[in-house]
Formats: sequence, structure tokens, C-alpha cells
Amino acid sequence: MSVLVVMEQKSGSGWNRMSFEALAAGQKLAADLGVTCSAAVVGAAESIAPLAQELGDKKLETVWAAGHTLLTQYTADAWCAALEQLIAEAKPQYVVFPHTYQVRDFAPALATRFKQVLISDVTAVHDGPVFVRQWMQGKLNADYRHAGEGVCLVSVQAGTFRADTVESGSAQVKEFAPQIDAAQIRTTPGEPFREAAQTVDLTAAPVIVSVGRGIGEQENLGIVEELAQALGAEIAASRPICDNGWLPMERQVGSSGQTVAPKLYLAVGISGAIQHLVGMKGAKTVIAINKDPDAPIFEIADIGVVGDLFEIVPALTKAIKG
Amino acid sequence: MKILVAIKQVPERDAQVRVAADGRSIDEGDAAWTINEPDAYALEEALQLKEREGSGEVIVLCAGPERAASTIREALAKGADRAIHIVTAEEGAESLAARDTLGVAALLAEAAKAESPDLILTGLQSDDLGAGQTGVVLAELLGVPHATLIMQVERTASGIKVKRELEDGWFQHVEMPLPALLTIQSGGNRLRYATLMGIKKARSKETQTVEAGAATAAVAEIVKVYPPERVKRTEMLTGSADEIAAKIVEKLKFEVKVL
Repeated sequence: MSVLVVMEQKSGSGWNRMSFEALAAGQKLAADLGVTCSAAVVGAAESIAPLAQELGDKKLETVWAAGHTLLTQYTADAWCAALEQLIAEAKPQYVVFPHTYQVRDFAPALATRFKQVLISDVTAVHDGPVFVRQWMQGKLNADYRHAGEGVCLVSVQAGTFRADTVESGSAQVKEFAPQIDAAQIRTTPGEPFREAAQTVDLTAAPVIVSVGRGIGEQENLGIVEELAQALGAEIAASRPICDNGWLPMERQVGSSGQTVAPKLYLAVGISGAIQHLVGMKGAKTVIAINKDPDAPIFEIADIGVVGDLFEIVPALTKAIKG
Repeated sequence: MKILVAIKQVPERDAQVRVAADGRSIDEGDAAWTINEPDAYALEEALQLKEREGSGEVIVLCAGPERAASTIREALAKGADRAIHIVTAEEGAESLAARDTLGVAALLAEAAKAESPDLILTGLQSDDLGAGQTGVVLAELLGVPHATLIMQVERTASGIKVKRELEDGWFQHVEMPLPALLTIQSGGNRLRYATLMGIKKARSKETQTVEAGAATAAVAEIVKVYPPERVKRTEMLTGSADEIAAKIVEKLKFEVKVL
């Protein structure tokens, strides 16, 4: 029995840093189970060789460097083919992934090949092992356990484990050559691109006033804009506000938008779905105003107000202006 | 183009949710139900594709108990041509909630195979369980290529070209042949409302009901469902709006020091 952590690298331009959180999770799971932990890097052989070497000083049994020219650019088909073969070779009981967009794209299909289900977006691991996931956008937690004999695939949410807790040691690097045929790859990916240059950099803003679904209508945004102005703050939003076109996409905070760490994050009418929380939980102080006392935003807020934002926000603007 | 849209009925976002007596599921007793929002975007994309092409068919596919019929009707009122309802048991081992992702995707795959659509669309994840996997697993079971987190779909000579969202504001185009499956991200389109005419028309549209096949044992087993513990001590402010505002200003001045 062993644990295998699948690290993510970006087409030869280094690590996806979330990989090290997954590595910390895998090491801890292996320690709890009293088994060894290994890691895998998937990509073009020449670009992953230095990355695999870099893991040589971590506490791991083996670092698998799964290299192939057809792994130069990410495709779900090539990744599934390579990892299916590597899992068959290494025979881990648990496979741990960082819960990235790329993992979301292929890991469910990979699990299906083993007649398994990926336990995705895990926010905690308890003895058992029991894996904790969120339901209802964070209003409930659900404990999952893997049933049966097969391999168990798990992806861990950003921020659940700390990358700086990865244990040092030594590991042997082994090259693994998967068999992949170009005909197996059905999709043709293009180069990543950004839309028009971003003009708003929320990452540097010391104070952010952020607005969510609770605002109800676009016409109501004025009260939040006035509050932001009074505070000298940048205005930001959760995804649904930008989806509706009420504020530009570049003002979105969360996993698909910007990741911010201001001195003050004032969340107005934001319930706090995990995709939003990962983008702002680094804020020094979080103040949340929401009508729902069970909103998950209150789990990370320093200061909370349960109430009607349409009364509280204008009163706050007035009080700030003195 | 024949487009199949897999949708799910979920509890309304603002609904109070309680844990059911079995401690492992949501109490459905007092929930209000609606279409899973990312699935609404998948339906919208399908309707717009059909409109752009000027021909084709949009078929809604939904697995769920009897109550899901209301969500199916809404999709028909928005413009889907017909629907397939895979009826699952209200509760117990044969219910939708008792089946894991693989079990649910297997139900959808069986119905999808019979239709052999050119394109299958579904939301990238559900608002209730949030596993974000049903679409990808369905593609794997059907043996068709897939792409996730899709914002736009374009027809090409040999298939489709899609715009896929990556992290941190990056995107990528991906091309693939048909048939294919896409999981749709929110925000690519504006959602339409059902018109009165649409609601009227929906009454004469066909919904084929199929009884769900027997459930197999879940490989991802739910042990317990519970409200999360507060990890952080949140200082809750109370009083009138003006009192609360004054308390916040105090804190902004002397604790947060941004005023």
C-alpha cells in the first residue's frame, strides 16, 4: 500500500504551486496510514527532468518522471493514458491531486477507467481516512470514505494543506515511459491567452469592497460604489455579478478571477462559496454583511453583521464620511 | 446539430438546508427546487447554437425523482424541443442521492447512447454537491472527447472550437471532432427567461419518461453530513443600522487602521 501524489507543472514553465499543498497532503496521509509516499511529474521528458530532480530532497519513496513528447502540452487524453499506466505500475492505494482546473478536466475520466469516483475538492482529511467535502456551496460538510478495494483518487482544495509543511528527506527518481499513440489524442489545444490587457490590479489594493448576489439588481450597485468611494477602496465582486455583466470580469475575485490579500476586505451580500473564498482568504481583516446567518462567509470573517445590506451599507457610508 | 443538454434539479440557493434524519443527505421536505445554474448556462449555449445554425434539435436530459418534472418543463418553456426524464426513486438505495457520480453518469450514458447526439452539454458542476465530474465521466463512458469550463462554442469544418477558461484570467482554445461533450462555465452568455409563448408551447412538447436502472453500490461512500464548525471566532455586531455603522467605523479607525 502507498500514496502517490500527482504534481502539476505548466508546460515546462515550472510548478503549479498548489502541487506542494497536495504533496503535503499526500505525505500526511501516508504517515497516518503508515505507508510510503511517492510523487509523479507528467510532461515532456526534457522539461520535467529538472522538476523531478528538484523533488529528490523530499521525503518520498520514488519520484516518477512520466515523460513523452505527446505530453508536451496538456490534453485530457494523453494525461489519462500516461497516469492510467503509471497507476498500474506503481499500484498506489491513494492518488492525491491538487484541485486545479487541469485536474478537474481529466481526473474524473481517469477515475472512471478504474471504475472509481474522484473524491474532489477535499477541504480536510481525518483519520480513517475520511475526506471532507463541501455541499450546498459551503453550507454543509460531507464526510466521504472510499468503499471497496480499488485505487482511491482524491483532489485537495487550495489552502487546505500548507506547502511549507512538505517534509524533506530523499527520494529516488525513476523515469517512466508511458505508451501513448497520437491517434489516442482527440483534442487539439491552443496556446493559453489573456483577454485585453487587464487594467485593474486588485492584488495591490489595500482596501477592497466586494459585492455579491445579495445586491439583487444592477441598479442597486450604487450604494456599494458610494461605500467604496468613501473608503478609498477598489470595488470587486463575486462571479455571479460579473457573469451578469454588472461589473467587468476583471473585478472578479476568486478561483477564476484575481487572488487578493488586502488589509481590509469588506464583503457585501457575498455568501462565500469556496471558489470565492480561495481568492480572498488571505485578507488581513474580513468584514462580512449578509442577511443569511448561515452564510459560509461568516466562517472566515473577523467581523460579521447579519442584516439588511440596503440599510447597513448606506448607514456605514454616512458614518465614514462623518 | 442534435444537442443533448444534461440538467439537474437542485435546492434553491437561498433555501434553508437541513440534514435529513439519516444524517447522510439533505432533508428534501421543505426545500424549494430549481435548475442547477451552470446547467442553465449549458441550456442557453445549446439554444444559441441551434439559433445560429438555423436548424437542429435541443433535447433536455434529466435524472431525478418526479419533482424534477417542474425543472424539465421550465427548460422546455425556454426553448428546448423535447425532454427525457430518467425517473429515480424518491428516497432509499435507488434514489438519485444514493448514487455516486459514476452511478448517475451511467444512467445518463444509457439514455444518451439511444439518442446518439452530435454534442452533449452540461454545467461544469452542481450547486448542491459540487463534485464537478458528471460531464467528464459521462464523456468517458460514451467514449467521446470532452473539454471542461467552456465559455464559447463555435462550429468548424471538422467539428468544434471552444474557449476554455483556465485559472487566473487565462483562456485557451481547444478544437475537437464531434460527437463531443462540453461542461459549460457560467457567464459565457446571458440567460434567457421563459416567455409566455414559450410556456404555452412547452405544454405540447414531448417528455419521454424512462425508469432508472438499478443502482450499484457507491464507491465514494457518504459517512456523515453536518453543518461546518466555525473555525474562526467572528465578532458579530448587532444593533440598529446606525449603531452597527458606528461600531464598524470604530474598528476601521482603531483596529484595522484604514481610516
